[in-house]
Amino acid sequence: MESYFKSKWLPYLLLSPTLIILAFFLFYPAFETFLLSFYKVAPYGNRKIFAGLFNFKQMFSDKDYIYSFTLSLIFSVTVVLAGLTVSLLIALLLNQKIKGARVYRSLLIWPYALSPAVSGAIFRFLFNPANGYMGYFTKVLFNIEPKWLTNGNLAFVVVIVAATWKNLGYNIIFYLAGLQNVQKEALESAAIDGAGAVRRFRAITFPLLSPTTFFLLVMNIIYSYFASFGLIDVLTEGGPANATNILIYRLYRDFFVNSRVGYAAAESFILFVLVVGITILQFKTTGKKVYYQ
Amino acid sequence: MVKRRGHKLITHILLIVIVLITAFPVLFALITSTLSFKDAFVFPPIMIPGGHFISNAVEAWNRVNMGRLFLNSLFISIVVAVVKITLSLMAAFAFTHFKFVGRNLLFPMSMITQMLPLPVRIIPTFELMNLFHWINTYYALTVPFFASTTGILLFRQFFLTIPRDLSDAARVDGVKPMRYFFQVIVPISRTNISALFVIEFIFMWSQYLWPLVVINSANMRVIQIGLKMLLASEQIAPEWNIIMAGTIIAMLFPLLVLIIFRKSFSQGIAMQTDK
Repeated sequence: MESYFKSKWLPYLLLSPTLIILAFFLFYPAFETFLLSFYKVAPYGNRKIFAGLFNFKQMFSDKDYIYSFTLSLIFSVTVVLAGLTVSLLIALLLNQKIKGARVYRSLLIWPYALSPAVSGAIFRFLFNPANGYMGYFTKVLFNIEPKWLTNGNLAFVVVIVAATWKNLGYNIIFYLAGLQNVQKEALESAAIDGAGAVRRFRAITFPLLSPTTFFLLVMNIIYSYFASFGLIDVLTEGGPANATNILIYRLYRDFFVNSRVGYAAAESFILFVLVVGITILQFKTTGKKVYYQ
Repeated sequence: MVKRRGHKLITHILLIVIVLITAFPVLFALITSTLSFKDAFVFPPIMIPGGHFISNAVEAWNRVNMGRLFLNSLFISIVVAVVKITLSLMAAFAFTHFKFVGRNLLFPMSMITQMLPLPVRIIPTFELMNLFHWINTYYALTVPFFASTTGILLFRQFFLTIPRDLSDAARVDGVKPMRYFFQVIVPISRTNISALFVIEFIFMWSQYLWPLVVINSANMRVIQIGLKMLLASEQIAPEWNIIMAGTIIAMLFPLLVLIIFRKSFSQGIAMQTDK
């Protein structure tokens, strides 16, 4: 049965604004990035010289770049694993039938409204050496005064905690939505058959949540690689001594501060390869699902 | 079934602890934003709110021209959210209610779009802004964000759940497609529209990298960059009471939007994950 409106031009007209925007600001610049990555570009000028794989060779022989690459990987893996585990546990608690469940939910999803810069500012304050609350608490509780933001490793840990905290709201929201689709009947009959809570979770809830988990996995990876820029810029500016200089921050500095256009384009391209890999994996695994920024 | 009282008590205790831990950073930011400069600098830090929030907020507000930054952020967030939703509704309507060549390009298109977050195309996009003379304008802050395959997919999924009889009847009665769109499709999409509004508003309000790159005039900056400026204006002794007051102002609006639209937001998300 044909149940469509008949018009030859209307659907194209409806689609055209979206297509124009995508073409101008997504497809064309992405293609141009790819081209640029093969050129040496003079700073402040329009002179471009084709340089083949020069930028890439230079990049991968640069110890600092490799360092940032590794740092990004560790950052991403930690933020994603910690974030998903914690938010799944919280969502499971919120999903219990208890009084005030709705209130608890409201009190736990609000971090969704936090921006990376806001969480960066708050964490910079909490961990500041002069009168930061964290310094005070660690002193009172453990009698230690770690140099949170001036020690490279500790600063990296603070960045990870801030990023995980900021993501909590988003992850909890999606896990709660996912949990709504886990059938109560299956869980109840499993309980009657004598399956304990842990077993019920492992055999029923977790597998049924796997589409949500996978979706969140992808979104969190993309977040940790790209959206954490504001957090880094406000909290540590990539420091101390490059200790939090993840790929996106390096890219920004190479282009906007050091004016290394071709080199920065090559850096962009590597990030593109990364996100292509993740996306293909995602579409192959979950098929046609919806994505949120 | 599993209704042991101790079990419930433990859940309550755990949840209260988690709520407190999660809120802790903001609570202390809030306390500090109410202290005088002297009180914000004592060690051990003060745990009880003072009465200086208004004066701190005013100081933060004046120091980095926050009123203007606030309005800029509000303006671009609303404009982008509204335009994005409109374009997504239109495109999703095209994909679900018409047959045309290219109809099955939606998924490849959204897949490619997801592969292109701003950082992987930031250099040419920035150069495009130069070419268009859009640096330091609202155009640069909004137009590149207008298209959203996220929104299209969200509305498409919802439109597919609308009984086909409805559009069949409309067509039999000779109702024009656009009239059907405005009188049926848009009104019944209310919940999804609000959900997407929350998502897009917060998304846009939080933008940092792009505004940092395309804006260098004081009047066009957004509030997120204002936070960085508040921090940078301090060299020797950061006035945390003022910086935190600014931070509280910067987080207030998206929080408000989330609270106002909370119900339809959760419903919209739930609809999405329900296959």
